[in-house]
Amino acid sequence: MRTCAVMSSQKKVNSWARKRTSQDSSSYQTRLSAWRVKEDLNDSKSISKCGQNNTVEDCEGADGQTENALQIALRYFEKGPIKTSQNKEKHLKTVENVAWKNGLAPEGIDILLSVALSGKFGSAVNTRIFKCMIPATLISEDSVVKAVSWLCAGKCSGSTKVLFYRWLVAMFDFIDHKEQINLLYGFFFASLQDDALCPYVCHLLYLLTKKENVKPFRVRKLLDLQAKMGMQPHLQALLSLYKFFVPTLISVSLPMKKKIYFKNSENLWQTALLALRSRNQGFPSEPLKLMLANVYPIKRKWNSHSIIPVLNSCNYSKESRKKRMNLSDYFSSNGSFPLEQLKSFPQLLQNIHCLELPSQMGAVLNSSLLLHYINCVRDESVLLRLYHWLSQTLQEECIWYKVNNYDHGKEFANFLDTILRAECFLQEGFYSCEAFLYKSLPLWDGLCCRSQFLQLVSWIPFSSFSEVKPLLFDHLSRLFFTSSIFFKCSVLQCLKELLQNWLLWLSMDVHVKSVRNSPLETTLGGSMNSVSELIHYVGWLSTTAVRLESNRTFLLHFILDFYEKVCDIYINYNLPLVVLFPPGVFYPVLLSLDSSILNQLCYIMDRYHKNLTAAKKNEFIHKTKSEFSFSSKTYQEFNQYLTAMVGCLWTSKPFQKGLYIDPEVLGNASVAEYKKSLNLVHHPAFLSYTVSFLLQKQPSSSHPAPSCRLILRPAGIRRRHRSTLESGSWRALKPGSPLLESNTPFLLFSLAFPGFRPCAPAWCLC
Amino acid sequence: MDSYDAPELTPRQDASSRLKDFFIGATPLQKRLESVRKQTSFIPTPPRRKIPQGSQLQNVPHFVLEWVARPSARGSSQSRDGTQVSRIEDVDPQKFAVLLHKQWTLYSLTPLYKFSYTDFKEYSKLLTAFIAAEKKKGLAVEVGDDFNIKVVFSTLMGVKGTERDPEAFLVQILSKSQLPSEHKEGKVLWTGWFCCVFGDSLLETVSEDFTCLPLFLANGAETNTAIIGTWFQKTFDCYFRPLAISSFNLSWMAAMWTACKMDHYMATTEFLWSVPCSPHSLDISYAIHPEDAKALWDNVHKTPGEVTQEEVDLFMDCLYSHFHRHFKIHLSATRLVRVSTSVASAHTDGKIKILCPKYLIGVLAYLTELAVFQIE
Repeated sequence: MRTCAVMSSQKKVNSWARKRTSQDSSSYQTRLSAWRVKEDLNDSKSISKCGQNNTVEDCEGADGQTENALQIALRYFEKGPIKTSQNKEKHLKTVENVAWKNGLAPEGIDILLSVALSGKFGSAVNTRIFKCMIPATLISEDSVVKAVSWLCAGKCSGSTKVLFYRWLVAMFDFIDHKEQINLLYGFFFASLQDDALCPYVCHLLYLLTKKENVKPFRVRKLLDLQAKMGMQPHLQALLSLYKFFVPTLISVSLPMKKKIYFKNSENLWQTALLALRSRNQGFPSEPLKLMLANVYPIKRKWNSHSIIPVLNSCNYSKESRKKRMNLSDYFSSNGSFPLEQLKSFPQLLQNIHCLELPSQMGAVLNSSLLLHYINCVRDESVLLRLYHWLSQTLQEECIWYKVNNYDHGKEFANFLDTILRAECFLQEGFYSCEAFLYKSLPLWDGLCCRSQFLQLVSWIPFSSFSEVKPLLFDHLSRLFFTSSIFFKCSVLQCLKELLQNWLLWLSMDVHVKSVRNSPLETTLGGSMNSVSELIHYVGWLSTTAVRLESNRTFLLHFILDFYEKVCDIYINYNLPLVVLFPPGVFYPVLLSLDSSILNQLCYIMDRYHKNLTAAKKNEFIHKTKSEFSFSSKTYQEFNQYLTAMVGCLWTSKPFQKGLYIDPEVLGNASVAEYKKSLNLVHHPAFLSYTVSFLLQKQPSSSHPAPSCRLILRPAGIRRRHRSTLESGSWRALKPGSPLLESNTPFLLFSLAFPGFRPCAPAWCLC
Repeated sequence: MDSYDAPELTPRQDASSRLKDFFIGATPLQKRLESVRKQTSFIPTPPRRKIPQGSQLQNVPHFVLEWVARPSARGSSQSRDGTQVSRIEDVDPQKFAVLLHKQWTLYSLTPLYKFSYTDFKEYSKLLTAFIAAEKKKGLAVEVGDDFNIKVVFSTLMGVKGTERDPEAFLVQILSKSQLPSEHKEGKVLWTGWFCCVFGDSLLETVSEDFTCLPLFLANGAETNTAIIGTWFQKTFDCYFRPLAISSFNLSWMAAMWTACKMDHYMATTEFLWSVPCSPHSLDISYAIHPEDAKALWDNVHKTPGEVTQEEVDLFMDCLYSHFHRHFKIHLSATRLVRVSTSVASAHTDGKIKILCPKYLIGVLAYLTELAVFQIE
C-alpha cells in the first residue's frame, strides 16, 4: 500500500502522499478489500492479485443499484462499441456520475484505461472517459503499465496520448507503486522526442526521476532538445532536477524570478481530486504546489545579493571526492540526509548523525531546525564557518560603514532582525556579533537601526566586564550622555536585558562551574564581579542621566525597571549578589512627585529586604563564612536608605538621616511645616489619589480640593486594607495591580512592608 | 525562520547552554575573539607597530630581509628553528611575471572550507561549466562540455612567507580560439590569485579543514570576478570582501616602500591627495625623485629592521611641511589616496600594482596583514 516515498524533496506534490502513507495505510487496506468483495459478488472480471482478503465491509456504494449500473456500463465499454449510441451515452453518464461522486475503484480505472487507449471508441468518448477517470482510492501500478503497452500498440491518436500523460501526472500520487513504472523510464524519456508530448512527459519524468535515472547520455539528449527548442520551463525543470541529483554532470543557471515550471491550471482533475482527498481522508486539502522548492534560482549580484544564502547541501565537494572514497566513506555518504528533505524536528532527530550540512553555513539563520543542530553540534568547523560568514556579512552590509548607502538601511535592519531572532531562539549570542559591535559601535551614530543594534548589545555573551568596557560600554556611554531621553531609556532597557541574559546564563552555569576549566572566569567570584561591575556601570549612567534630564519620570521608570532585576538576583537566580542603587538614584526617586515611581521604589526596597534577609538566613544556617558573604556595608547602606524612607514617608522626620538638609536652608526656603509635608498623608505624589478618592466619596461636591487632608483619615480605609493583609492576598500583588492604583497610598506602603512598625527598628538588618 | 517559534524567555536547560560551554573553552573561536578584542582596543592609534617583516626577521628568506634593508642578516636561508624556507630561486620566474606590472583589485577572503590542492582539475571543470551557465543565463550546460573558454587552476610555487603558509594559486580564464590550428593557449581574459604571506595570526585560529588564503587579487572584468567569487563562496563557504586601503595604511606603505633599497629606480615616487570639494574633487599630485625620498627616509629612520609609527608620521610630516613651505597648503588636512613608488603603487580603492619582483613578498606580506585584519 506504500506510495512512492523515494522522491526528491523538491516535489511538493509527493509530500502529501508520504504523509498519507504513514497515517492512513490501514484504512486503505480495508477500503480496498471491501471493494474487491463487492466485485466478486457482482461477478465481474476481477484482478485477483491478492483478493483473498474477504472482510466484508460496506463503506462504499450507498446503494447497490448504482453499483450494478456501473458494472454494466463498464462491461459495455470493455466489449467495445455497439452501434446503438443511446446506450453508449447512458453508460457514459453512469460512469461519469459515479466517478465524480465517489471516484472509481482500481479495477474500474484499469478497464477504462484500456478502453480509452485501445482506440475502440472515437476520441470524443476517450476524452470524456479520461476526464472522469477519478480514483476512489488508488490506481494500481499494473493498470498504468498496461496502459503504456497500449500506447506502444499505436492505436490511439496524439491528443489521447497527451491526455493520458496529463492524467498520469495528475494522478501520480494515487498510483500504489512506482517501481515498475520507473523501469519504463527509458520509454518515457524517448517520448520527449514528440513535440506535443514533451511538456507532459517532462513533468512525468520530473516526478519519476531518481538519482540512478540520471545518466550522461540523457543529460546530453536534454541539452540537445534545449538547443533545438530554446529555453523551455519544463526542460529547465528537468535539467535542474538532474543537476540536483548529479551536480557534476551539468551546470545550469536559473533566472532571477521564482518560476513555476508546470502550470497547475492545466490539471483538469484538480477540483475533483481536492474534493476526493478531503472526503476520503478528512485531510485538509492544500492546493498543489508544483514548484521547485529550493533549487531557487538566485543569482546574486556580487556581494550584494539577498544577504543570507539559500539552503543547499554541499554538492560539489562531496561529488568531487567520490572517486577517492573508500568503502566506509561510501556507506556514510550514502546514508547522508539531504537538507532539502529536512522538514520536521523528528526527522532532524533521526538523521542528526548523517545530516549533510549546507554548502554555505550562513543559511542556517533561516532555518530553525538547523539552529537546533547548531546548538548541539560539537564540530568546530561548523561554528567557524558561521563565525566567518556572519562577521564578514555584518561588516559588509553595515550601512554606517559606507557613505551614501542608506538605501540599504531596510535590508540591513531585516538582516539584523533575522540574527536577533536566531539569537533569541538559541538564547545565545553569536561571537561574530560581539566582534562586530566592537568594530562598529565607535562609528555608530545612535540612530541607524537603533533598536536592532541595542538588542545586539543585550545579547553579548557573558564575559569579563572590565575587558569589554573600553571596547563597548565607554563608547556607549558617550552616545548615552549626548543623546535624547528616548535613547537613554532604550539603552537602559537594553542593559536590563543584557543583565538578565547574563544572569540566566550564570544561574545555569553555576552548577557546572566546578567541573569545568574555563579560561575566562575561573571562579564564581570573578563572574559575580563582572556582573556587579555591570550594575555599577548602569548605576553611574543612571545617576548622571537623572541629573541631565532633571528627574524626568519617564527616565526614572526605566532606571527602576533595571533595579527591579537587580534587587532580586539572590532569590530569583540563586546567585550570591546584592547590589544596591546609588544614592544618586535612590533620593531623586524617593522625592519624586509621581506616585507610580514611589510605588516601584517601595516594591524594590521590599525585594531588597527579602533578598538580604534570605542571604542573612543562609549565612546563619551554614555558619561558616562563605566566600560570598555580603559585607556589612551593604546592610548598612540598605538600613540607611530604609531609615531615610521611613523618616520621610512615615515618621515625618525627613532630612535627618541619610538625606540631610540643614534646617537653616529649609527655613530660608520658607517652607512651613516641612516635616509633615512628605509623609504618606501629605505627600504631593499622592495628591491625585486623594482627589480621586474625594470625587468618589462626594460625587456631587463641586469643589473637593481644600478638604482632602481630612478625607484620608477615615477608618474605613484602614480596615479595608487590614482585611487584605489578613487574607494573605497581598503577596500576589505587584505594583500596577488595580488594587494599588485605586486605593490609598497608605495601603501602598504597608503592602511593601508588611509588619511595618514605625519607630521600632526591628526590621533593620544588621 | 520557519515554522518553529522562538521559545519564551525562560531559564535554559542544561543541554542548550552547551554551545556556550563549548565557546568558553579555549577553542580557536575563543582565541579569535580575544585577538579581535586586542586588535580593536589598539586600533585607533597603534603607538608603535612593527612592520610585518620586522617581527619575523629570523625566519624569512633573504630577499625579504633585503627588502627591510638589513644587510647583516643576508645570506642565510635557514631559519632559526631549522625549517627550510622558500627562496626566490624556487619560484618560477614566468609565473612571477604574470603577477607583476598589472593592476590588481584586492579582496580579503575568509578561510576556504574543504579546499584541496589535488582537485584542481575537477574545480576547473566545474568552474568552466559554472561560468558558461552564468553567461548563458537560463540555459543548462553540460559539465565537461566544450566551451569557448577554459578555466585553469595552477599553484604559484614560492609565493609565501613561511613554510606554514599555504601555497598560493592562480586561476585564469582563457579564451579558446575558434580555429583549431592557432595557438593552443588562448588569450587570457581574466586572472585572479589567492595567497597568504606570513598569515600566522590567522593560521593559528582555524582547524585543518580550512585553507587560509586571506588575500585575493583579481585582474579582468568585474563581472568575471563576480561569477568566480560567487562560485568560490558557494563551493568553499568563504566570503570575499573588497579590501580598501586607508590613508593611514597608505602612508605606511609609502614609508616602507621608500625604505626599500633599489639598484635602480624605475619610477618616481608620487603621492596623490584628494581634496573633497564640489563639484569635482581636487587632486594634488606630489612627485619626488626616489633618491630624495630615500634620503629623507634615511634621516627619519632610527630603529634598524623595523618601522615605527613615529617614523612614518615624521616622514609624512616632513613631506607636508616641505609642501606647505612652497604652496601654503596643509596636506595633512586632505586625504592621501594614492602612493606610487618603484616598488609598487597602491590606491585607496584597493588597487595595487607591483613593479619590483624583489619586494613582491614584502608587499604581499603587508597586504596579507591588512586582509587578515579585515576578516578578523
